[in-house]
Amino acid sequence: MKPGRMMHQVLHSLFKKPATNLYPYEKLEMAGKIRGKLKFYPQKCIGCKLCMRDCPSGAITIKKTGEKQFEAEIDLGKCIYCAQCVDVCPKGALEFTQDIELAELDGAKLKVVFRNGPQDSPQEKTS
Amino acid sequence: MHDSHKFKIPMGPQHPALKEPESFSIALKGEKILGVEIRLGYNHRGIEKACEERSYIQDIYLIERVCGICSHSHSTCFIQAVEEIACLQIPERAKYIRTLIGELERIHSHLLWLGVAGHEIGFDTLLMYTWRDREVVMDLLAELTGNRVNYAINTIGGVRRDVSEQQALDVLKAVDILEERTKYYIGIATTETSIIKRLLGVGVLSHEDALRLDAVGPTARASGVTRDVRRDDPYAAYGSLSFDVITDNHNDVYGRTLVRVKELLESFKIIRQVIKDMPAGPLSVKAPRKIPAGEALSRYEAPRGEDMHYIKSNGTEKPERVKVRAPTLANVQAVKHMLKDRYLADMPIVIAAIDPCFSCTDRLISVDYLDTNRKQIIKWQDLHAYSIAWHRRHGIDFTKLNKETRGAGF
Repeated sequence: MKPGRMMHQVLHSLFKKPATNLYPYEKLEMAGKIRGKLKFYPQKCIGCKLCMRDCPSGAITIKKTGEKQFEAEIDLGKCIYCAQCVDVCPKGALEFTQDIELAELDGAKLKVVFRNGPQDSPQEKTS
Repeated sequence: MHDSHKFKIPMGPQHPALKEPESFSIALKGEKILGVEIRLGYNHRGIEKACEERSYIQDIYLIERVCGICSHSHSTCFIQAVEEIACLQIPERAKYIRTLIGELERIHSHLLWLGVAGHEIGFDTLLMYTWRDREVVMDLLAELTGNRVNYAINTIGGVRRDVSEQQALDVLKAVDILEERTKYYIGIATTETSIIKRLLGVGVLSHEDALRLDAVGPTARASGVTRDVRRDDPYAAYGSLSFDVITDNHNDVYGRTLVRVKELLESFKIIRQVIKDMPAGPLSVKAPRKIPAGEALSRYEAPRGEDMHYIKSNGTEKPERVKVRAPTLANVQAVKHMLKDRYLADMPIVIAAIDPCFSCTDRLISVDYLDTNRKQIIKWQDLHAYSIAWHRRHGIDFTKLNKETRGAGF
């Protein structure tokens, strides 16, 4: 092999801007629908608990809070982001978002509770 | 090192040359290896047992985490066995999508291997180049499946996501880029004298030994064994695709490199056919929650070789037995043979050349008592208790510290 065969790659890289990104100032767009943090719509839930039954890591807990009122507690530390609960939900009460920056220093903040708010809109609370 | 001295050195479980925790005990005479003992078990996670405690749907995601590199291989292999027991006929389109993801995974695994092999022989530029190119596939997999590593595209009875027309075009575009770069790597591997000198004749596994030791995948194919599950026992859509099984007669690490880079070209060929021939139709059929009683063995050609899953069901929602035979377990005996009478300095590349995945392979620790011929299997709790008691005897005792910190609210 002739010496310098890889030279054009070297020169090409030399005059290119650095490949590293200035994260977190510059954020990369992930292509397609990345499975991120879950979202729960309490008004759609019928309390069948299929999501609880199918969750591989036991990250989701549905609690009855009143007549036809349900709240969901999702443990983001346990969740493996497979979105099986979204597939199995017969009413579409669960949805995955593209939110993937979920690191927390405080473990308690990883437990997210979704419950009905005063105007029947979903409220997100960290317990 | 004196040539007359014989000694044993331990390598691992935590060792800079190994990427995964595994223990090798090497008997040396001078710098020559007399024999290698491999101790599996440092990465044992009890996945097979855990599968019996969970339902089939939960098991898909657990099985997928047997290995980070070939996650699709394990989940497809598992699901094929479940579908066999439940007599499910999956739609044609689902078969093609499984094949597509499987081949993309093979590309990413082989590129990763090429980089690791380059790194082990000190050719770090190759590592940088191949891992840069691997990002093209990783982005593609993220776009198609929704995750870079654990794709979760399989479900019992089919697949979970469709491939849109735009995505199909993206795949073809990426394959064009990768094909051009792979040809460049083939050029380097076949003409670069330093690579040839470093790899030729290292880690020799003859054709007879490959057959005798049941080597699988590129390790066997580099010893002239034409064995490939995709052709021998076609699954998914492989039966209707045309491709060649790459073999080589070098029998060494150089041969394994050639087999892997040439297999990349075959994968591009397969992906182009898959995109062209992919039929329209539904993505999955409805699967029952309770799988009828029965048993099945499923085979899958993972990037590292033949993967095998055995499932026994008893008519409930949970399997009665799940058995995983990952490709590294089949190849690990061959490593012992390859290293015999070689130099210690060749060890990292010879181990790396089978593309080992010890997280897939690790099994329970079994203790053989040499004096009484007794065998004992150590459970995790026993080992835990033993380790605490041993350290307590040697003066490390956490009892007091535990009491103090418990009060402090830790």
